[in-house]
Parts: sequence; structure tokens; C-alpha cells
Amino acid sequence: MANPFQKLRESLSKTKDNILGKISRVVLRRKIDDDLLEEIEEILIEADVGVKATMRLIETIREKAVQENLTEGEQVIDLLKNEIRSILLSNDTDESPIETKPVVWLIVGVNGVGKTTTIGKLATHLSNQGKKVIIAACDTFRAAAIDQISIWADRARVDIIRSQEGADPASVAFDAAQAAKARQADILLVDTAGRLHTKSHLMEELKKIRRVIDKAVEGSTILSKLIIDGSTGQNALNQVRVFTDAVGCDGLIITKLDGTAKGGVLIAIAEELEVPVEFIGLGEGVEDIQEFDSSKVVEALFE
Amino acid sequence: MFDALSDRLEVVFKKLRGAGKLSEKNVQDSLREVRQALLEADVNYKVARDFVKSVQEKAIGDEVLKSIEPGQQIIKIVHDELVTLLGGQAEPMAPIDKSPTVYMVCGLQGSGKTTLAGKLALQAKRKNKKPMVVAADIYRPAAVKQLKVLADSISVEHFHLEGKKPQQICAEAVKYASKNFIDLVILDTAGRLHVDDELMKELEEIKSLTNPDELLLVADSMTGQDAVNVAREFHDRLDITGVVLSKLDGDARGGAALSIRQVTGCPIKMASVGEKLSDLEPFHPDRLASRILGMGDIISLVEKAEETIDLEKAEKMKEKILKSQFDFEDFLEQMQQVRKMGPLDSLLGMIPGAGKALKNVQVNEKDVNRMLAIIQSMTIEERRNPKILDGSRKRRIAAGSGNSIQAINQLLKQFAAMQKMFNNMNRMKMKGLPKGMMPF
Ligand SMILES: Nc1nc2c(ncn2[C@@H]2O[C@H](COP(=O)(O)OP(=O)(O)O)[C@@H](O)[C@H]2O)c(=O)[nH]1
Ligand SMILES: [Mg+2]
Repeated sequence: MANPFQKLRESLSKTKDNILGKISRVVLRRKIDDDLLEEIEEILIEADVGVKATMRLIETIREKAVQENLTEGEQVIDLLKNEIRSILLSNDTDESPIETKPVVWLIVGVNGVGKTTTIGKLATHLSNQGKKVIIAACDTFRAAAIDQISIWADRARVDIIRSQEGADPASVAFDAAQAAKARQADILLVDTAGRLHTKSHLMEELKKIRRVIDKAVEGSTILSKLIIDGSTGQNALNQVRVFTDAVGCDGLIITKLDGTAKGGVLIAIAEELEVPVEFIGLGEGVEDIQEFDSSKVVEALFE
Repeated sequence: MFDALSDRLEVVFKKLRGAGKLSEKNVQDSLREVRQALLEADVNYKVARDFVKSVQEKAIGDEVLKSIEPGQQIIKIVHDELVTLLGGQAEPMAPIDKSPTVYMVCGLQGSGKTTLAGKLALQAKRKNKKPMVVAADIYRPAAVKQLKVLADSISVEHFHLEGKKPQQICAEAVKYASKNFIDLVILDTAGRLHVDDELMKELEEIKSLTNPDELLLVADSMTGQDAVNVAREFHDRLDITGVVLSKLDGDARGGAALSIRQVTGCPIKMASVGEKLSDLEPFHPDRLASRILGMGDIISLVEKAEETIDLEKAEKMKEKILKSQFDFEDFLEQMQQVRKMGPLDSLLGMIPGAGKALKNVQVNEKDVNRMLAIIQSMTIEERRNPKILDGSRKRRIAAGSGNSIQAINQLLKQFAAMQKMFNNMNRMKMKGLPKGMMPF
């Protein structure tokens, strides 16, 4: 297996080039002025750093340039690095909460973000850490979703609790939670159907799944993990807000971050949200997931 | 929804009130807000910049500066320009007139290709054509089965060759179709997480082997700035003929569409608005323009209403709204009609200004039932003239409907907010409030 940091660096190399690379070229032999700031703004927005984070970065440069008497374009680079670093590190927490087994991860998100694939990868990742993992196939809605998650369970060599298409997802969740307890699993990964956060009846269904699990394994730690597609734009913020209201949100998993220049979204998320990013998806293979480490990301982006 | 551009422009222009005449500088300030709104809707930076420039030239005319409501005037210009950029009119799909006609569907993973393949098949079937779907995504686990399940659910033929390459599957499918009187072949191709060379080669080969009449790129309406790059790469390699915007049933503003349209020059042909196979609509540039600007989607709402609502009643209702005579009696009738239309939240999102008027109101079915119970406990007289609701009347209604006095006060407040919203809408003279306009 390749060195994980190497993989991270490669995955984010285009993002790096797209943000710092481009900005470094733009600032060469330029003075700090409105035109230059506008060009930097363009680069940040196009890298999906987000409207809010971008506006803040530009304002900060503008202010600091005045305060510290900076005039040369190149001086912008260090300012930016520092600001982006502090944005990315701002959501770090070092407390690790006490968890009661079986810990349940409710994997939620809108349609097509990669929930099922992510669960496959998580199952592998967690098993490799020596944990006993069980998967609950609660996407009983989408055609062939159960087959898809079963294939991933095979690949990860973990147990799966499933029913037929069209079954009540809450009852699958209930069975799975009880099985997880009986088989003394460490973690139960619950796959759920993709749902747009705007559909309240589907969000109700999610709440019900959570309640039912709570009943089946009283006292267990239940964590909701929201999956967000790395190429999502500003709508990601709405997604977090609404899912948080419905079933809470203990952590984010950002998918599809490899290869393209989409990593800027990590900055947008850190700026606008309190929820920590816990994992990032970096490809389609079982190994292509990593725990999110903001200082490593900063290193991969800047060094 | 909540930062609708009109709210923000209102702030810009509020500052000016009393300052007398508007200046070019004011217009520039408001266009900065427009630009920001576009960026927040995920319109590509360059597209937004060029767009604002072109609007600026139009907006600095006398008409805007002298008009009574310059904010609305600017929004109108922006809106009209957006519609033009988005293609003006809905553009139809290639006709199904060969034996067979071929539609090829491509796009990134999870964008909604397979679902679209099913939807196109259903649509063809409804036009009395014989469609066939072809499973050419051999990579994603269970993708072939997914398409098969969808096809079975609408009794449409499903084509796949186990163990063969996608290129071969598609070529064979077209041959099979021409021998078996299939009118429309729909190719569901593989997606990737991102554009890669291998995939593009595969798609190019499929294209040259099957010669599709329509090569559709499916684009997720939630996509951010990357939409431009994806569209450009697909278009450069494959010369797509049209774009289908998916997941428009959510609350994404859908600015990606504008970027894609600008970069490829290809028309956006269809809008995918749900997971069910019937959830496919022609694309309407004017509606998307409203949505990008955060103005809601009043026309879809009205169309939905027209399908389910008694037109004559609705016309009367509209009259009442226009004359600001809307009372609880009407409200009750409306609510009952609306319940037939579908989940409330999805309807609510389409109402311009609703976000603002109902900002802190969580609308769910439970609340609605409560509201109905309260109104039903009112006398006709009270419904017609809620002003007469004093303490003792409220106590009676509370007891009768099983609610607290607070709940009743809250409803009265919401109702007042709604009436105000209608008044605003009347002032905005929403482009010809079409027949059957629904207030809720
Ligand atoms: N809400 C909503 N979901 C959609 C729409 N189109 C597709 N989906 C869902 O998006 C997910 C991915 O769709 P799929 O067709 O498998 O995408 P593919 O990977 O491109 O073939 C599935 O969960 C679909 O049910 C749409 O217009 N609205
Ligand atoms: Mg597919």
C-alpha cells in the first residue's frame, strides 16, 4: 500500500496548483492593488473556496496590507497561507468522547454523493484497525442498492444485515442494531437511501431510523455522519444545516476529492461550519479513504 | 431562498431612500450584489463577471435610474438577460423518428444517468414509442441490475451482454434494435468520480459505433465551480448535443447550469426533478433564472396547482388576492386544495418571498393539521374577519381545537405575514400572475 500522505499529496496536488500555484504566478512582480485582489478572488472562487471564505480572505489581505505596509504582490502569499491555515485548523478538537459499543454510524446524505461506496471503504478501513464491523443495508429504496452494498460488504469481508427492496428501512435498522449487539460488534455502519434534505417526509424517515436504533441498542453511542460530494457548491451548507436539524451531524465525510482541483471546498466548509470533517474520500478503491488531518492537508496544500 | 436577491437589493436601495436621485454608482453597488448572488448560486466566476458587465450597460439607462422601484427594475433586467443566456426557450429533444433513434447518456458518477435512462424510456413509452435501455456501465457494482430493475418497473426492454466491453454492448444493442422494431435506444454509460482519459476514450468509441442522435450530459444541479471544467471536457471530447440538469427538486440554486450553457453553448433540454421515473420535465430557462436569483419558482407551482385544482375556484382566489380580500375562509379552502398537490415543503420552496415571510416557521404536516383544526374551530364570521377575535373567542377556539392560545396567536401572526406577502407580490406585479395562482 502506498504511503497515505503520499496519496493525500497526490490527490490534492491539482488543488494545490489551482490555488497557491495560480496565485503565485499572478502575484509575480505585481503591486498589491484592486486589480490584483480581484484576480486572486477569481482564483479562490473558482477553486470552490466558497463565497464567504473568499471574501474574508480578500478583506484580510486588504487590511493587513495597509496595517503592515505591504506593497509587493509576493507578500500576499504568506498572508494567504497563514489565513487558510488558521481556517483549516479552526475546527480541530482533541477530545475523543467516550463511546459505548456497539457504536452506530448513521451514514446520511443527498442522492449520488457516494454513501454506499464510502461505507464499503469505511468497513475495510475500520476492520483493518482490528474492529468488528457490521453493515446495515437500509437503502431499501433505490433499485439494486442492496446488491451494491452487499458487494462492498464482501470485499471488506464484513457481515451485512439486509432485507428486500421496498422493506421498511427502520425495521432493517432495528434488526441490524440488535445483531450488532448480539455479535458484539464494535461498529455498525448504517447505509441509508440518498435523500434531498428538502423533502421533509424523507427526513422524518431518517429520524425514525435513528429512534429505532436508539431503542434497539439503548445506551449505545449513535453518531450521524453526513457525506458531502466534494464537487458540491454552496448547496453543501444547506445540506449540513438541514441534516443537522433532523438527525444531528457529528462529522462530515467529503468524497471524490482525488485527482481534480476540488479540494478548495475543505476551506469553505471549515470557514462556514462548526462540524469537523472526519474522513475524505480519495478514489474508487477500497483503500481510498483517509482520516482527515487538517495539519496534513495544510502541508499537502502548501509544501 | 433566504438571501433572495430582492431582499439584498432592498437593503442597497433603502440606504438611498431620501437621497433623491439614483446615480450610476448606486447601480454599480446593486450590480455588485447581483454578482455576489450569482456566485452564491454557483455561477462560474468569469461567467458572472461578464454577465454583470453586460447588464451594467443596459442598466445605466435613464429608465432604471428614474424608475420608482429601481431594485425591481434591475432585477427584471438581470432576469431577462439570464433567460436569454440560458437559451431563451425550452429546446426539444431530437425526435424519435428513425429505426432506431439513439440517445446516449453520459456524466459523472452519481449525477443521475441511470435514473435518466429510465425516465427517457418512460417518456418515449408514453408517446407510444418502443424504447430499449442498454446497460453499458459494467464497473459500478450492481449498476446493470439497477437499470434492469428500473426497466422492469415500466415494462421496458433491457439490453446487456454479460462479460462484454461497453463499446461492444452498445454496438450490438443498436443492431438488435434495428432488427426488432425498437424506436429508441437509450445508452446508460459508466461514470467516473471525475473526468479521466480512459473513460473519455470509451465514450468516444461508443459514440462512433452508435452514432447517437442525442448525446446528453447529465449535470447535477448542486455542482459547484467544477461544473465548467467537467462540461468543457465532455464537450471537447464528445461534442454533446444537450444537457440534462438533475436533482432540481432540491434547493440548489442551479447556477452551474448557466456556466455549462455558456461554456458549451449546448442547450439545456430537460430537468430531472425527483427519483421517480415520471419526474422529468422540459427545461424552462425563465424558471431557472428566477431560481438562480432566489426568486422562487412560481410557474412550476402554478402548473402543479393547475393539475390538481379547480380552475374556476382558483381564478376567484386570485381575484381576492389581487384585491387583498383574502381571509381565513379562503385560506382553509386553499389548504385543503393544496394538500392534494403534494408535500408542503416542496411547494413552499417555490413561492417567491415565502422564505422571507415564513422565515422562522417550520412548515410540516403536523403544523398544517394544527392550523386546519384551529381554523375549523372558528365561526364563519371569525374566518371572514379575524379582527374580531378577542380573548374569549380565542379561548373558545383554543379549547375547541385542542390548542393553546399561543398557537392561535401564532397562526394569526402568520396569516398577517402572508397577507402582507400577497400585497408585496401585487406590488411587484409578478409577470402576469398566471391563472390559478396559488397563495399557499
Ligand atoms: N432527488 C433526486 N434524485 C435523483 C435524481 N436523479 C437521480 N437521482 C438519485 O441520484 C442517485 C444517483 O443516481 P443514478 O441514476 O444511479 O446516477 P448515475 O451514477 O449517474 O447512474 C440515485 O439515488 C437516484 O435515485 C433527481 O432528479 N432528483
Ligand atoms: Mg449509473
